[in-house]
Amino acid sequence: MVKKIAGKLYISLIVLFLYAPILVLIVLSFNKSKSRNKWGGFTFEWYQSLFQNDDIMTALYTTLIIALLSAVIATIIGTAASIGMSSMKKVPRTIMMGITNIPMLNADIVTGISLMLLFVAVNYTLGFSSVLLAHITFNIPYVILSVMPRLKQTNRNTYEAALDLGASPMKAFFKVVFPDIMPGVISGFMLAFTMSLDDFIITHFTRGAAVNTLSTKIYAETRKGIKPEMYALSTLLFLSVLLLLIIINRRNDSINKKRSM
Amino acid sequence: MNNENPLRNEIVTQDKKAKKKNVPASAKNKTLLATPYGLWMAAFIIIPLILVLYYGLTDGNGNFTLDNLTLIANPINRKALWLSLKLSVISTVICLLLAYPLALILKSMKLKDNSFIVMIVILPMWMNFLLRTIAWQNILEKNGVINTILEALHLPALNIINTPTAIVLGMVYNFLPFMILPIYNTLAKIDDNVINAARDLGANGWVTFKRVIFPLSMPGVISGITMVFVPSLTTFAISTILGGSKIVLIGNVIEQQFQKLGNWNTGSGLSLVLMVFILVSMTAVAKYDKDSEGTNAW
Amino acid sequence: MVNNKLIDLINISKSYNGNVIIDDLNLYVRENEFLTFLGPSGCGKTTTLRMIGGFETPDQGKIIFDGKDITKLPPNERQLNTVFQKYALFTHMTIAENIAFGLKIKKKSKAYIDDKIKYALKLVNLDGYGNRMPDSLSGGQQQRIAIARAIVNEPKVLLLDEPLGALDLKLRQDMQYELIRLKNELGITFIYVTHDQEEALTMSDTIMVMNQGYIQQIGTPEKIYNEPENAFVADFIGESNIIGATMVRDRLVNILGANFPCVDEGFGENKPVDVVIRPEDIDLVAPEDGIIKGRVTSLIFKGVHYEMDVMANGYEWLVHSTDLSPVGSEVGLRVDPFDIQIMKKPESVDEEAVVNNEQ
Repeated sequence: MVKKIAGKLYISLIVLFLYAPILVLIVLSFNKSKSRNKWGGFTFEWYQSLFQNDDIMTALYTTLIIALLSAVIATIIGTAASIGMSSMKKVPRTIMMGITNIPMLNADIVTGISLMLLFVAVNYTLGFSSVLLAHITFNIPYVILSVMPRLKQTNRNTYEAALDLGASPMKAFFKVVFPDIMPGVISGFMLAFTMSLDDFIITHFTRGAAVNTLSTKIYAETRKGIKPEMYALSTLLFLSVLLLLIIINRRNDSINKKRSM
Repeated sequence: MNNENPLRNEIVTQDKKAKKKNVPASAKNKTLLATPYGLWMAAFIIIPLILVLYYGLTDGNGNFTLDNLTLIANPINRKALWLSLKLSVISTVICLLLAYPLALILKSMKLKDNSFIVMIVILPMWMNFLLRTIAWQNILEKNGVINTILEALHLPALNIINTPTAIVLGMVYNFLPFMILPIYNTLAKIDDNVINAARDLGANGWVTFKRVIFPLSMPGVISGITMVFVPSLTTFAISTILGGSKIVLIGNVIEQQFQKLGNWNTGSGLSLVLMVFILVSMTAVAKYDKDSEGTNAW
Repeated sequence: MVNNKLIDLINISKSYNGNVIIDDLNLYVRENEFLTFLGPSGCGKTTTLRMIGGFETPDQGKIIFDGKDITKLPPNERQLNTVFQKYALFTHMTIAENIAFGLKIKKKSKAYIDDKIKYALKLVNLDGYGNRMPDSLSGGQQQRIAIARAIVNEPKVLLLDEPLGALDLKLRQDMQYELIRLKNELGITFIYVTHDQEEALTMSDTIMVMNQGYIQQIGTPEKIYNEPENAFVADFIGESNIIGATMVRDRLVNILGANFPCVDEGFGENKPVDVVIRPEDIDLVAPEDGIIKGRVTSLIFKGVHYEMDVMANGYEWLVHSTDLSPVGSEVGLRVDPFDIQIMKKPESVDEEAVVNNEQ
């Protein structure tokens, strides 16, 4: 019994540790005073001025669009790559998987500067597209890592069963294999989106002077003092993701319930 | 025998036609699907790294030189590297010590659905990592949350901000989930009966952990260590935010070489030195984690 | 020869999440016995085994081992060893290290351990496999290593939890003989859990049939097979014809309108009973020579025998015979009085579990 209580206490402490700064940020988003330490009263004004702040809104759109585009493209390339790699012989596949692991295991700063050197070496102007290309690059490995295990698990026999029943290879793939690996594809997409949304270091090196994502904007303001609108924006993003995850979880639960009936 | 039988010939021909129609997609066709990625890899992963190698080993005029590498020996850089190593090792150890018991507790709770835990641990990542680090600034500083509470309890104030301790805290905070998930993942895969077998053969709790559970969790541990050590070693954002301008890590040095000074050669050279440590981590993962059990936490 | 009581389970009860798994179970295990817990999935046999092993604690009751109360003792302090269903080998250790595991904990000398490893591998016919890794062995081989790992510790009792479930038929049969040989050579008690009644009949000295947490019958394989005490046991073991009948008086039972002489007494007069007749005990004879007459409705060749369905007096009788009667032919049925088993109709709570199961 004591073990169980100690266990739950430990988990609560860790959870508290993980969420403490988030609570601070949420509280600050309602702080009338711009100062980080003094509580000036409760207000919603930052939430309102947020949408009127062009700088922040632009950064937000950039961040979202890059995250979305890079995740979509990475998912397409990554899923195709996973399917291709699963049909490869062992040696080429191991080599490809090895290289795939590089962006994930490598330091972001090295990935960032290496990409910057690439763009400069070919005289490619740093800007929106260079950031996009960089994001796609580090997103693809996450997609592959989500899809490959799913692919391994898929029963080979269902694909052959489809062929046996008269489907062409393409049809068999889209109607049988693809739906089966769909959870992996979706989780790969979600993971890529998250990674892109939160990225700072790689964006920092590949953005040039004109483009700003939320991360780079925040970093630029670190010395000057963070605008409270940023707190409001982050709170909104966080709450919307929380809501999304709860909805997905609920939906999954009800689907599972229906299936077992 | 009956080659002259017209009906038989017809059947044979039909068979041949049928075979041609329903040829299952050969493995070759499928592997072509990986070509776009192969090209992408070459262009955006391999070539850039080669460029780093090139810049690191040449001077501004393109001549071969080892000067960029030996730069690491100069006092400021040496100090920065040493501090980075120290702090990242400390952070990694703390993460391991915090994460492992948590993973064990979670395993003993025999949760049916992995994804709930993943949700709780990953959810903070949805708040921008810079902002979360800045929030710690808020918590740790002279008039911050901790000191306000301590003051109310009439206890002495803590001076943590802008010290290496703050940076370690920032590293642990940001990278702890990367240690928890791979370890929990590997632990969850251990069959309960294997643990029962160890107890059955006479092992008490500690011996069971030492000789069965811990060795079986190694792939996750190695993966977790790498996922904490490498980003900690190379960070510059955390040191900027929580260390003020006083504390310089190797990440800061390299970042300045590139962004402020435009010294790509020296920057690359220093990066190459850093790559040594990164490569050691990568090899460890490759060796211990053959089935990618650890990285599959995602 | 009276063997001592080695293990005594007294008034054991166990529930999970409000569901009663075991209710007031009493059982003793003798030394040198091969005892099998037999029953369908969920009947509580594995839970009982695990409680003996120490992996579950009974909610009520006591477990006495060799005179000592071990109810609260953790598994590592009990003098028994378990062979788990999916082998549970330590995949990060070699075969030799797996086998040596228990011995190292007992701090035996290296010479002793090496000797024991050799002995164990020889015993399970896997000489020389010491340096291999578990993953490189087949299922049957892994199973034998799991057994070797358990027996080197010289336990007084070996617990086996459906160890042969994952093996194919031929291998399973070979392993059954291996296990009997092992038991005789080692001279220790085996407690074996299975849902396969053929396995139980082949290997056991004593079978305990369980259903829904209750003991249905305990006895030797012959007794369980030939003299099942209730409809569940009769139905679970082997194939049988179970028919509602009326006991006319001692030694005479009326089945479906016909009087069959039998050998059972003490069931009263004109009382309703259940009757069990094994398919191989029914003789098909000329219609006029049979106690009742019927028509063959199905015929299947099973290799060992022919299996026929005979519709007689409103019941479809299952008959096994090495002679065939074609479908549609009229036949007579005879049963030797000794082969008719009379059983009481279920009356009490634990017997109700039988009735509910059948529904």
